[in-house]
Amino acid sequence: MITASDATLWASIAALGVCTYLIRWSFIGLAGGREFPDWAMRLLRYVPVTVLPAMVAPMVVWPRALDGETDPFRILAALTVLAVGMATGRLLLPIVSGIGLLLLLQALA
Amino acid sequence: MSDLAPSRNPSAPGAAAPTRTPAPAPAPEDDPAFSGPLWRVALEGTTASLPFIVSVIPFGMLFGAVATAAGLDPLKAMVLTVSVIAGAAQFAFLELLTDQAPAIVAVVAALAVNLRMAMYSASLAPHIGKAPAWIRAIAGFFVVDQVYGLSMRRWAVIPQEPLPRKLAFYFGVALPMSTAWVICSALGLVAGGWIPEGLPIDFMPPAMFLAIVAPMIRGTANICAALAAVAASLALAWAPWNLGLIVAAAIGMGVGAAVELRLARRADETEAPR
Repeated sequence: MITASDATLWASIAALGVCTYLIRWSFIGLAGGREFPDWAMRLLRYVPVTVLPAMVAPMVVWPRALDGETDPFRILAALTVLAVGMATGRLLLPIVSGIGLLLLLQALA
Repeated sequence: MSDLAPSRNPSAPGAAAPTRTPAPAPAPEDDPAFSGPLWRVALEGTTASLPFIVSVIPFGMLFGAVATAAGLDPLKAMVLTVSVIAGAAQFAFLELLTDQAPAIVAVVAALAVNLRMAMYSASLAPHIGKAPAWIRAIAGFFVVDQVYGLSMRRWAVIPQEPLPRKLAFYFGVALPMSTAWVICSALGLVAGGWIPEGLPIDFMPPAMFLAIVAPMIRGTANICAALAAVAASLALAWAPWNLGLIVAAAIGMGVGAAVELRLARRADETEAPR
């Protein structure tokens, strides 16, 4: 149970909301169409292909639902999503294939 | 329906390894990616977001249920979910407060989880940074993994899409996604966590994010960047508050840029003697 006082809770929710917004708005808001230097652009090109996979990797290898125990089925299913996504460039198909495979493997096991 | 490849081959230059590909030629007037009404672009965004909205439902409801179980009153829970719109951070925040951590620790930990959004923001800025300040102020509110990922995925294929169309797509994804998150949180508060037994819902975010990013991992530099980020993230998984993610992403970005530079230099050397 949360035991913090009302005032503390309101203050922390407000702080979290405002700071989260500032993090999101930061570069979009302050850049104002200014050009980034070349080196920065070169690094930024790799944000999508690094942040998303880095976020996913521990979720797949040590799933919280299994208290961090590695599950080969989840790894296999994740690789399937990746492979189908890379091969087809589609969106729903890889998700359905990966989750379908996971459910199938779980049903068979 | 789920295919948002905007009537272009996904392996078009923009999506390929960003190694010195010349800027795509100005699009002809009749190119469907550059003409046609804005609402249709927004609708493309909404269509692309549908599978993600479906997967947001159980998480929104789970948040509502967890908040109720933790003893957070509905008003605070809703203010939290509306002002933060970030599942992972909201769960971390509740978990720490439930564990009697000091409020400041809960706030800082949740912010650390959200720090990746500064990277998203920087990476979005070249695309929508020229919009009027008030639009950027609104757009900033919706920098969420799925919104960011789907937008970047589209603009990797058509980087030269005009600004109003980029914004139309962005908000076309952002508004329904965020609305779904808020509504489902509210449903969870009211109905409790109704989640079908035995479904591996923990696997849904990884599946979503991998499907979004997969077509962007093209070419040597992108592959090296992604592999380095994954390896570093696994190696740093012990780090508190998700900070390993930030470091891992930074390492991956550095590797990608370094590989890109090296490939470009090698291309110069082989071309020079001719």
